[in-house]
Parts: sequence; structure tokens; C-alpha cells
Amino acid sequence: MINTKEVLETNEMIEKENLDVRTITLGISLLDCICSDLEQLKKNIYNKIYDSAKDLVKTGDQISREFGIPIVNKRISVTPIALVGGAACKTKEDFAEIAKTLDEVAKKVGVNFIGGYSALVSKGMTSADRLLIESIPLALSSTDVVCSSINVGSTKTGINMDAVRLMGSIVKETAMATKESDSLGCAKLVIFCNAPDDNPFMAGAFHGVTEADKIINVGVSGPGVVKTALEKVRGENFEVLCETIKKTAFKVTRVGQLVAKEASARLGVPFGIIDLSLAPTPAIGDSVADILHEIGVEHAGAPGTTAALALLNDQVKKGGVMASSYVGGLSGAFIPVSEDQGMINAVEAGCLTLEKLEAMTCVCSVGLDMIAVPGDTKDTTIAGIIADEMAIGMINQKTTAVRLIPVIGKTVGDTVEFGGLLGYAPIMPVNKFSCDEFVNRGGRIPAPVHSFKN
Amino acid sequence: MKKTIITVVGKDTVGIIAKVCTYLADSSINILDISQTIVGGYFNMMMIVDMAGTSKDFNSVADDLEQLGHDIGVVIKCQKEEIFDSMHRI
Repeated sequence: MINTKEVLETNEMIEKENLDVRTITLGISLLDCICSDLEQLKKNIYNKIYDSAKDLVKTGDQISREFGIPIVNKRISVTPIALVGGAACKTKEDFAEIAKTLDEVAKKVGVNFIGGYSALVSKGMTSADRLLIESIPLALSSTDVVCSSINVGSTKTGINMDAVRLMGSIVKETAMATKESDSLGCAKLVIFCNAPDDNPFMAGAFHGVTEADKIINVGVSGPGVVKTALEKVRGENFEVLCETIKKTAFKVTRVGQLVAKEASARLGVPFGIIDLSLAPTPAIGDSVADILHEIGVEHAGAPGTTAALALLNDQVKKGGVMASSYVGGLSGAFIPVSEDQGMINAVEAGCLTLEKLEAMTCVCSVGLDMIAVPGDTKDTTIAGIIADEMAIGMINQKTTAVRLIPVIGKTVGDTVEFGGLLGYAPIMPVNKFSCDEFVNRGGRIPAPVHSFKN
Repeated sequence: MKKTIITVVGKDTVGIIAKVCTYLADSSINILDISQTIVGGYFNMMMIVDMAGTSKDFNSVADDLEQLGHDIGVVIKCQKEEIFDSMHRI
């Protein structure tokens, strides 16, 4: 039988260490909505999403109440819209109409984000893919809760540099289109290499074509719990350190597994995966950077940070894998800057640079995330940064992503405030040297060899 | 059997257990186990109860206990057992 110590430990994690289930994400296939008439397509999409998700928020809240565990977000991911809208959309404006439908139905069912305004163009772009990508600035500036992601490369296909170059401009245009709100549109736009089909986290969630009609994916979190556990083993060796992280990750993930199973049973939707991620929030004590500090580096970014992050990421997976029957999504420590107070402090202290963040993304999920850069950063420079990050994903057979925010009208020394879970960030300097000739070449970077791994 | 864990935390005062138990008895909720300690003047109680016999639903029991806790100056939480089981048992 459960004893008092165990009950108190769990409740302490929830009340004092920010343990929560970060998101229940309902993946919905929209393939059966496809129609060549735009008005009909919009109706089909609205009805399918509404019927599938109308009880999602209520069910999430009820589970939260019964188990006493906060479930922070309830979200929806849908089939990449470039596939769904291809037959009906002839212009950018047509695609943006679908974004508005998604926005409308998401607000109606009460979720806080809907992901899947996406295109998968790792090898080439169809005309629908291109139209969707070109419609992103309009779509993200005329909606509130729609998130967009574009997969521009993979280990199997190489990197679509035409798409990378295009995305450099699209990120900038999205920043311009939402400049009244500190270029917030860019916080809802992710560029991926090796994007997973079952990611529950925004802004990169979409419902892949390999998935069932509907699926429940759950993202757990708990940087604060890991940090507190590590406080108790200060000065101990790496074996003790790693064991502690592993055991903590196990406990955190088991909560996610329970919530996922309950949500699946109550909604009558199959359980997909648990995403084992340490996802920070701007709340004090809910920081991945603070874990790195606890492991022994003065600030995130100091020498040793990449090694510390590598071991953290690996131990979280080792603990989490046994705790859940199906693991997927991104599964790793997130290192967004604006959403993590410890990261913000490290940037402000001059310890953390864009280049060090890039190195850190080699050993964890997901990539250059929520980084504010000067608004006058060139399109080609953004494309170059995207290309670098995609190359890391391609060669290392892992998911990498870029979510940069060129804040129009602001520069190094300024701070930008996004609010809520998105936090705030100091504008970080970007390398000023040009990569124009490189990114303007056009075409594809070929897929790497999969042997001779030295 | 619908096992639920009730935790009561707060400043120690006369009659905490009595009031909680009276409510549970009136609601036909059977107590399976109680443990209680005082740490630094703070009252800490954990109860394992079976809610199979009550006609009230989980939400109203949780709300009532929360209100009762508020009235006597302690925090009462009601959680289904599975969350502790899944975290602490393989």
C-alpha cells in the first residue's frame, strides 16, 4: 500500500517543483476532408476537428482534478495543410483561409494552440507546398493560435536548400507582418530537419500521414523536479548523478503515461506516444539551464555545458523509456532561450552565444529555439543559420529545428516580451559575415552516406 | 474498490480528524488506512479511502473536502490512488 512518504513526495513535486503534464495533444487526420471546393473543404475541416476535439479540454481538466496533477495545455495537431489544401487552394489567400478556419475551430473547442499549418519539403516542393509556405506570413498574422512548421531536410533525403533559402525570407516576412506584436508570428513558426510525425509540442506539432485517424500524444515535463533531486546529490560522482536523473525521469514519465492512458480511454482515441522532454517554462525553478548549473557549470554556455547537457538528455531518455510503453516525438531536453529564465540569465551574463547554443543542439532536442535576433538580420543570414542547424540533424540522424525571431525595430541590447509560456528574451547578436553566395546557389544538399560513420 | 488518497496539511488544531471523518462517514466513504504525524507544529495526515459506496461523485467530494479544509484552516486534497501507484510502483 502507498505510504505517507510517497504521497508527500509526489505532492511536493507538484506543488513546489512545478511537476506537470505539459500537454495532451490530440492528433487528427484531415485526409478524409480533402475536397476541391474551398468552402466545402473548410466546412469539412471545421466539422472533423470540432467533432473529434469537443471534449478534449473538459476531459483534460477532469483528469487533472482527479489526480491532482496540472495539465497545462490541451492542443490539437492536424495533417500538414499543404497536403489537405492542395486540391482546393489556388492562391496564398486560399491557404490563409484554411488557417483562419483552424484558428476558429481551435478557439471554439478551447485549445490553446493548433499545429499542422505545415509542409513536408525535405526533397522537393509541390506548387501547393510552395503556396502554403508563401502564405505563412499572412496566415500567422491573421490568426492567433495556429502554428506552422516546415520540414526542409532529412537524413534520408538531404537538405532542400531552395526551401531553406525561401524560409530565410519567410521568417523575415512573418516578422514584418507581426511587427506590432514584437514579431510574435515567428514564435509560431518552426523549420525542421527529420521532423517527427507524432510530436505533441508546439509550435512544431503536426499529425503525420503515417498516423492513425486520431491519436493522443502526451508531453511530460519537470525540469524543476530534476533540479531538486540533484540538489540532494551535490558533489557526488557521475554515477550517482546519472542514476538520480534516471530515477526522477522515470517517476515524471509514469505520470505522463497515466494521464495519456486515461485521456485515451475517456476520449475513445488510441494512445500514441509519450514525449520524454524536459520542457522549461519562464517560471522560476522550471529551468533546464538551472539543471545544468546544478550539474556544475556556472551558467549555461560555460565550458562543460555540452557534456552536461548530453548526459542529462541521455539519462532522461533512459529513465523515461522504461516508464512508458510507447515513446516518440522529440524526447529530449529543450533549450529554448526565452522560455527558460536560466537561459535568459546566461545570455544576459554574456555566457551564452548563438554559436554555443548551436553546439548544444548536437546533443539534445531540439534546436535553436525561441531566440530573438536583431530585426535587421538579413534573409540570407537566417537561411544560413537554418542550413547549419539542418546539417546537424541530417548528419546526426536526429531532429533539429530553428525557431528564430528577428524582432523588427529592435537590436542587441534590447529585450522583447512575448508573454505567457513564450516568456521574454534579450536580443542576441548574430555573426555579421555573409553567406549570400552559399544559400543562393539553389538546389539540394545530397543525403549523407549511412556507413563509414567515423 | 475506488481507492482515493486524502491528504490534510496545515496548522495543528483540535478536531481535524474528527471533522474529516464525520464528513466521510456521512458520505458513506470507508476509511481503509490513516497515518498522521506532526512536523514542526504542522499537521500532516494521509488517508486511504474507498469511494465505491458513496453516491456522491468525485468532484463534489473533492469540493466539499476543500471547503471543509478552508473552514478549519488546513489544506485538504483528494486524489485518485493511481497517480501515486504509477509513480512509486513498477
